[in-house]
Amino acid sequence: MILSLVAFAVVALITPFATRPLGRRVFPVIALVPTVVFAWLLTLVPAVANGEVVVERLEWIPTLDIALSFRLDPLSLLLALVVTGVGGLVLLYCTWYFRDDEPSLDRFAALLLAFSGVMLGLVTADDVYVMFTFWEATSVLSYLLIGHTAGRREARGAALQALTVTTFGGLAMLVGLVVLTVAGGTTSLHELVTQPVTGVAAEVGVALVLVGAISKSALVPFHFWLPAAMAAPTPVSAYLHAAAMVKAGVYLVALLAPGYADLAVWPPIVIGIGAFTMLVGGWRALRQTDLKLLLAYGTVSQLGFMVLVIGQGTRDAALAGTVLLLAHALFKAPLFLTVGIVDHAAGTRDKRKLSGLGRRMPWLAAFATLAAASMAGLPPLLGFVAKEAVFTAQFEGGAEGDAWAWVGLTAVVVGSIFTFAYSARFVWGAFGSRREAEPTPLHREPALMTAVPAVLAVTSLVAAFATSLIEPLLDAYAATLPGPTAYHLALWHGLEPALAISALIIGVGSLLVWQRESVARLQAAVPDAVDAGRGYLRIVSAIDRGAARLTTFIQSGGLPGYLAVIVAVFVLGLGGSAALNGTWPGGIRLADGPAQPFVAVVMVAAASAAVVVRQRLTAVLLVGATGYGMVLLFGVSGAPDLALTQALVETLTIVVVVLVLRRLPRRITVRRAVVRTPVRIALGALAGVVMAVVGVVALGARVQPSVAEGIPALAEEAHAKNLVNALLVDLRAWDTLGEISVLVAVATGVASLIFVSGRQGGAPRLEDVGRRSRLRPVPEQADSIRAARRRLADVEGETDAAAEAAATRQTWLLAGRTLSPRNRSILLEVLVRLLFHPAIVVSVFLLFVGHNAPGGGFAGGLVAGLALVARYLAGGRYELGEAAPVDAGLLLGTGLFVAAGTAASSLLVGLTVFESSWFETEVPVLGTLSIGTSTLFDIGVYLVVVGLVLDILRTLGAEIDRQIDEAGPDAVPADPAEALR
Amino acid sequence: MTASLTLVIVAAVLFGTGITVMLERSLTRVLIGFLLVGNGVNLFLFVMAGEPGLAPILGEGDVSELSDPLPQAFVLTAIVINLGITAFMLALIYRSWWLAQLGERGDLIGDEEEIVEDAEETADLYRSSEADDLAVQEVLDASDEDGGRP
Repeated sequence: MILSLVAFAVVALITPFATRPLGRRVFPVIALVPTVVFAWLLTLVPAVANGEVVVERLEWIPTLDIALSFRLDPLSLLLALVVTGVGGLVLLYCTWYFRDDEPSLDRFAALLLAFSGVMLGLVTADDVYVMFTFWEATSVLSYLLIGHTAGRREARGAALQALTVTTFGGLAMLVGLVVLTVAGGTTSLHELVTQPVTGVAAEVGVALVLVGAISKSALVPFHFWLPAAMAAPTPVSAYLHAAAMVKAGVYLVALLAPGYADLAVWPPIVIGIGAFTMLVGGWRALRQTDLKLLLAYGTVSQLGFMVLVIGQGTRDAALAGTVLLLAHALFKAPLFLTVGIVDHAAGTRDKRKLSGLGRRMPWLAAFATLAAASMAGLPPLLGFVAKEAVFTAQFEGGAEGDAWAWVGLTAVVVGSIFTFAYSARFVWGAFGSRREAEPTPLHREPALMTAVPAVLAVTSLVAAFATSLIEPLLDAYAATLPGPTAYHLALWHGLEPALAISALIIGVGSLLVWQRESVARLQAAVPDAVDAGRGYLRIVSAIDRGAARLTTFIQSGGLPGYLAVIVAVFVLGLGGSAALNGTWPGGIRLADGPAQPFVAVVMVAAASAAVVVRQRLTAVLLVGATGYGMVLLFGVSGAPDLALTQALVETLTIVVVVLVLRRLPRRITVRRAVVRTPVRIALGALAGVVMAVVGVVALGARVQPSVAEGIPALAEEAHAKNLVNALLVDLRAWDTLGEISVLVAVATGVASLIFVSGRQGGAPRLEDVGRRSRLRPVPEQADSIRAARRRLADVEGETDAAAEAAATRQTWLLAGRTLSPRNRSILLEVLVRLLFHPAIVVSVFLLFVGHNAPGGGFAGGLVAGLALVARYLAGGRYELGEAAPVDAGLLLGTGLFVAAGTAASSLLVGLTVFESSWFETEVPVLGTLSIGTSTLFDIGVYLVVVGLVLDILRTLGAEIDRQIDEAGPDAVPADPAEALR
Repeated sequence: MTASLTLVIVAAVLFGTGITVMLERSLTRVLIGFLLVGNGVNLFLFVMAGEPGLAPILGEGDVSELSDPLPQAFVLTAIVINLGITAFMLALIYRSWWLAQLGERGDLIGDEEEIVEDAEETADLYRSSEADDLAVQEVLDASDEDGGRP
């Protein structure tokens, strides 16, 4: 079982590749898969009919009790035989149906084969969720197959309709299945049926599952998707929409009937809707001029028929229903295939345009008539056998006082009269000759193409005489339902009510055919009671419009609008709960020490000014003022590490912001605001107030001792005196690892945003100036400076010596000469030259001393970064490359690797992740040096921070410089409207 | 535990002004707002340490007199991450301004006109799928004996 499913999957996967060389000849090859499986299944029939059950099981998600379990019982085997048997034949038929130049034939062949396998999985799966997975997969494959000719609007629309309707039903079914499996405590379909769930859970669960079943089997009110699906190629219609997929719903009803047919929700849905569907489908089929649509509505009718019979819940009805299912597959598939041949030969399938085909395609006409006769319920065909069984089962059920059986019988009789009439209409429409019309021009189709419908139609005939071979299998399923077991399938049961009913149907049906023009007039006079198709259109269009309107309504404000909503929720929610709480702090201090209020006043003023200032740089500097205010606050409040870090970061931030903002106009243009200014200010003020209240309350609400009290002991254990550093690199190292990962991601993101092609590498090197043609040569080289000076000297009488002296400036910084003289500052160059190396030493010192004194990897890395900033500012982008001739990505990666490696290395020596070990030694000058794994970790942090700064500099600094050089300093962005065009 | 009113007020002002600036449409202003909010939130975290004491370094004094180091560790990483995010936002601004050649528009967050455009595009999509459905209906109606009555 599982093996055959794997075979389907594997062959379907290689089919596209095989189709390219083989063309349509791939079909007979892949048809072998279902055919072989069909043959194997046939060999199982006697054993399964005798009550043996084939079970296969692979554990899949044991914690959810979901397993790939498959079970071949009589019902599954019947369906599996239909699926593989018809599947093989339809694939074979495709050989002649398609031409080699059919677009996306490879995809089609693979999908059709895959569908066949998925369908097999659906009818054999025993696990509820595995079955559901296959169920949904058939919906998706049906979508793809209906939409095969994606260029046609109706194909796209029909594919989407089918998908929407069946997945809607599928969702309802999933909920139902969850209800049933939870209530039943098992995911096995077999167990759910043999030990049925009872009570409300059963009613609700089964009702929902039935919604899925009737949507899949195209029962009212979901029936409209099936006629629409006729936009698919005919083999798809014959297979998916007649023989296989639409039977899934019938299968599910048959599967559940033994356990749940006596529920209160069962008969109204199964018999009520089934009966109505049978009538609606038959009525509409009688009006179709397109032969394929005639068959489609006929299929809708027959599906209702099957569901209502199988759902009756007695042994006789189950036997009748299953033989009907088999008969339907045997007559409906060949009829569709016939339409395919007619369509190909005549170029139309409109009955008004077809004339005189019967005489010229006698064999096809004969086989199609045979199949149609089976559909109409004429003896001696399987359709007749099935209907006899149905009538008897319903008649007996009714006689025993089952009112629903009478409802079913009435619908079946009227529906069968329609069926007789539209069967005749089909045969007449396809093969009749119209006196007024010329014979339709035909071109010949391969004779073998007729063989496929012929095989199926003849089987309808043969099977009617071989009921004794079929019955044991069907009866093995039917016997699971209650009721007398005396009835057997046969062509002749003697003079029984069923025979009389058959006679009545044939008689009235013939009358309808004879009086077809009056019938058509009558039909035209009766208004459409249900037009679910239009109803669907209205619903879908209303949903679409509603969604569009809702989206426009919700997304009305752009980002500021959403932010405003978030802040408003914050103010109302958090502010509300803060106002309602009862734990106000016992007291409050005005300030800690005399410095705080002074700093505070400056910060408040700077922040307020930043709100109103329109110059970008001024605003940034004002924000910087608040940042330096933070430094002071941290400094006077016992947080030297924070003060140090904040000071370094604030400086870096200002530099970086200025680097980018130099490319933007100084003033920020005021645009029509999305959030109006008073609202903005009110929201901001409220947010601030709420934040303050929440902060005070949160602090006042603390009743437990702070965890801080335990930290000194832990830090001592970690050989650290600096508690903050111990937290960062040891006690909470996981956090820090996460944070440096963020830094790496951010640095990579920044580089990716700015470098148009490739972000690898470091800052540009000096040798690049000459080598890379991509880099525009720097405007004024040292030579030309000298030349310029000389010219000046000529004018102003300056000596050559002075010009020479000017040229030697280059020696202070390596790349200073790449800058134009007006951008150079000798003072800066000298200072940087003098301070760079000490700064690097300090940064390393901070890194190592951080364990015991303020400092650490973050601060050390930032100092090194600032040193690089200084080199870049003084010497330009080539100077940066000379100062740090490494790939920024390499630094970041190494840093992260060192940090994560340190964390993981503990595992090697049998410790847990991040558990530290140390190596302590006395070092002259530095004192006791304790090198532990946490120090290594800190080195990783240091490298990441340096890498981040270097990446920012080479990106927002050097790369933007290069782009300015390329565009020219006075370039303006193109007209935005033009750029968008 | 109690809070220093001064610090709370400063933090609230930073947070409030930051939010006010962030609600503007210019990306540069959003960045400025972000910096202010970042400082404000860091200060709040810091306030959570309660009354400040000595620097949290062993050997500086009695252990009970040290400041709570935990908020400090949080704030320290937050400061560095703020730097990274700032750089990222700057890269975004630069990219939309220069590389995407959007100019002033690159500094602006979408406005109502664009939303109307979006809504129209969406409506077009829906119209297209509706046309598909109508095509299906046409095919079905065409097959009906009397051409499908309205």
